[in-house]
Amino acid sequence: MAQDSTTILTMTGISKAFPGVQALSDVDFALRQGEIHALMGENGAGKSTLIKVLTGVERPDTGVIMLDGREIQAKSPLQAQAQGISTVYQEINLCPNLSVAENILLGREPRRLGGIDWHALNKRAAEILRRLEVEIDVSQSVGMYPVAIQQMVAISRALDVSAKALILDEPTSSLSAHETDKLFAVMEKLKSEGLGIIFVTHFLDQVYRVTDRITVLRNGKLVGTYPTAELSRVELVAHMIGRELSDLEAVGRYKTRVVEHDHAARVVEARDFGRIGGMKPFDLDLYAGEVVGMAGLLGSGRTETANLLFGVDQPDSGNLTVEGKKVTHHAPLQSIHMGMGYCPEDRKADGIVGDLTVRENIILALQASQGWFQYINPAKQYAIADKYIELLDISTPTADQLIKNLSGGNQQKVILARWLATEPEILILDEPTRGIDVGVKAEIQKLVLTLAQEGKTCVFISSELDEVLRTSHRVLVLRDQEIVAELGMDDLNEQTIMQIIAGDTHDEPL
Amino acid sequence: MTSLSRGWERIRNAGLFWPLAALALVMLFNLIFTPNFFRLEIKNGHLFGSLIDILNRGAPLMLMAIGMTLVIATAGVDLSVGAVAAICAATATVLVGNVTGATNMPLWEVIPITLGVALLCGLWNGLLVSRARIEPMVATLVLMVAGRGIAQLITGGQIITVYYERFFYFGAGYLLGLPFTLFIVAGVMLFAWLMTRRTAIGLFIESVGTNASASFYSGINEKNVKLLAYVFCAFCAGIAGIIISSNVKSADANNVGLYMELDAILSVVIGGTLMSGGRFSLAGSVVGALLIQSVTTTIYAFGVPPEVVLVVKAVVVLFVVLLYSQPVKVALDKLSRRRGVRA
Repeated sequence: MAQDSTTILTMTGISKAFPGVQALSDVDFALRQGEIHALMGENGAGKSTLIKVLTGVERPDTGVIMLDGREIQAKSPLQAQAQGISTVYQEINLCPNLSVAENILLGREPRRLGGIDWHALNKRAAEILRRLEVEIDVSQSVGMYPVAIQQMVAISRALDVSAKALILDEPTSSLSAHETDKLFAVMEKLKSEGLGIIFVTHFLDQVYRVTDRITVLRNGKLVGTYPTAELSRVELVAHMIGRELSDLEAVGRYKTRVVEHDHAARVVEARDFGRIGGMKPFDLDLYAGEVVGMAGLLGSGRTETANLLFGVDQPDSGNLTVEGKKVTHHAPLQSIHMGMGYCPEDRKADGIVGDLTVRENIILALQASQGWFQYINPAKQYAIADKYIELLDISTPTADQLIKNLSGGNQQKVILARWLATEPEILILDEPTRGIDVGVKAEIQKLVLTLAQEGKTCVFISSELDEVLRTSHRVLVLRDQEIVAELGMDDLNEQTIMQIIAGDTHDEPL
Repeated sequence: MTSLSRGWERIRNAGLFWPLAALALVMLFNLIFTPNFFRLEIKNGHLFGSLIDILNRGAPLMLMAIGMTLVIATAGVDLSVGAVAAICAATATVLVGNVTGATNMPLWEVIPITLGVALLCGLWNGLLVSRARIEPMVATLVLMVAGRGIAQLITGGQIITVYYERFFYFGAGYLLGLPFTLFIVAGVMLFAWLMTRRTAIGLFIESVGTNASASFYSGINEKNVKLLAYVFCAFCAGIAGIIISSNVKSADANNVGLYMELDAILSVVIGGTLMSGGRFSLAGSVVGALLIQSVTTTIYAFGVPPEVVLVVKAVVVLFVVLLYSQPVKVALDKLSRRRGVRA
């Protein structure tokens, strides 16, 4: 292990609160010279907040950032860059209509006689790119080159500013396998030149290919920093989703009942169903009266599967049959007509309609399914709203309260009520318990089981494994946009699932 | 005391309060400074007076504001209403023709054809916004610019003057002693209100304007909701165009409805509908339009030179719009609370 003297960047005791959320609490982080350091964590773990604090986008509430032994306090990304911390974001921030050279040296163009020295500009840009072993015509506009080259241009722009630490935020998410290889070669080269690289990604394979150390965050807290070679994939997954291996022995059986597929009606039948960039073609059967869990890391294809089933995204291949009828037009409204409901993952962006009342939010999907002219009259609207407010114990002063004024858990219940009001046969729940308190979580899990008992079908997606295990009769495990395993009642335990998620066969790590 | 101040707070936060207050202020000003402003006379069995004038002259703006309300509620904007009014004015006058005392085509054909043209304009805007996914401001800018050209093509570059009595009725006729335009506005308003509040369309518009993505996930066809808003908006602008051309007995492609899109947007904003979309108030927009019209009429009645009119209008608008701003609202709340404590 390298000595502390090679540490170029330390963050100590970093805390940051946003209204209602403690995004980071007392997080420590250290980056050494010449290392590639993975920053891992599920949604809401605090990765992006930590990066934002580091690059001056957000100011930490507490904590100290030291670079090269000096305390720094960047007030803006520009300042952070001047101090030696450069970032390449997931969405590439380049001006597509400017030339490669102009993009690399934007704001720092070499000048001659009051004008830009174009010859020197192109020469310098070409030199910088050659450092990354990229040979292209730098006078062409950036937009003409593929994403991978644009990424290189973005990296070289970041590097030119005498960078000491480079942050790569999900750099590979839009790259092909071959392009990813090239990027990794560049990262290795920069590493050998003594640069510290923070690599944010959700691809486990890539973490094990290039990184030296891994720091895991969960729920805004530091779980730990580990040498990559000493941390198994299963351990990493366990840290990320918050289950300790030692706990696993204690996990009991939650199942109450086995669904006999032979007797139950098959309500959903997907064959060769997929979408390029979303899910690789898959087969899926759902039966009446069962809860099917979906486990997998962020980006594994859980939400993509749900979006495809509900018609939010259009499939490129295969077909879908719901309740014996083939789906011809993939759109939410058609799915509702076929008896489906869907609580999306991002409650704020895709779930609640903030400026409408609780009542209006509850009847929204029902009204949509009835069309423009069969208006549900106000008296009936109140009756429906009051029924679900009572049934789900939604705490709101009146049905006329704006939904944005409710707590997260109550908002989620309203969205659930919206779908229950349509009396669906198939209900897809994507992270229905995220960010809500334990009491409400248990209520929602109970509700899901009750629905199944009434003969409905539920798809339950969650990053919390214990929750998936507690509610599901059957669990599908997803990895890299594929359903890699299906586990019935007898095989259900956290260890197996985590091993599958990690892509870890017992004999040989991938 | 506290209940009184709380009551005051509730009134202050009620939707129509500020535009109505501003309107009352303008009226109060007239009561004191403009002689005979409130006098109503009956001549030839028709009501005359400044108030009637405001209502009559304000009719095209009120119509455009009603249509614009729905578009803005979907988080869009329609810059082409002035141009659509010009197209429709041109269409109607060309169809009627400039034959003295007669028409080339019976009115019961002219009006539906003209309104059909308006619907086509709305369809164009709506398809660009909802299907081609072009920013509303850019999409409607196309017709705003092109529309005047289209109107000129229709009139052949001429100012078309009509001499057909019955066509004048739309803009200058009287029914039951009141200007006929008022009945048109009332009719359109009633239709808009029934359409949005007695069907699910109003709810869908507010839902799409607040959160288009969540509305889509809930099964609302947000594309068609937006399309409908633009079509209705152009329809209103078309009626306004007919009224304008009928009132001035001619159609000047370059001037009918010029800059009225801006007044219409202002009316909607004054009426309390946010440019960011969502909740909307049809009545608020109508009051907003009346406010703008009465300020204009007041200034003219006062003999203020026309070049100052725009400045005064701007001041009134600024006043109302400031009252909607969040920081100003907070400051007002603080002020009234302090006064409440002192009392």
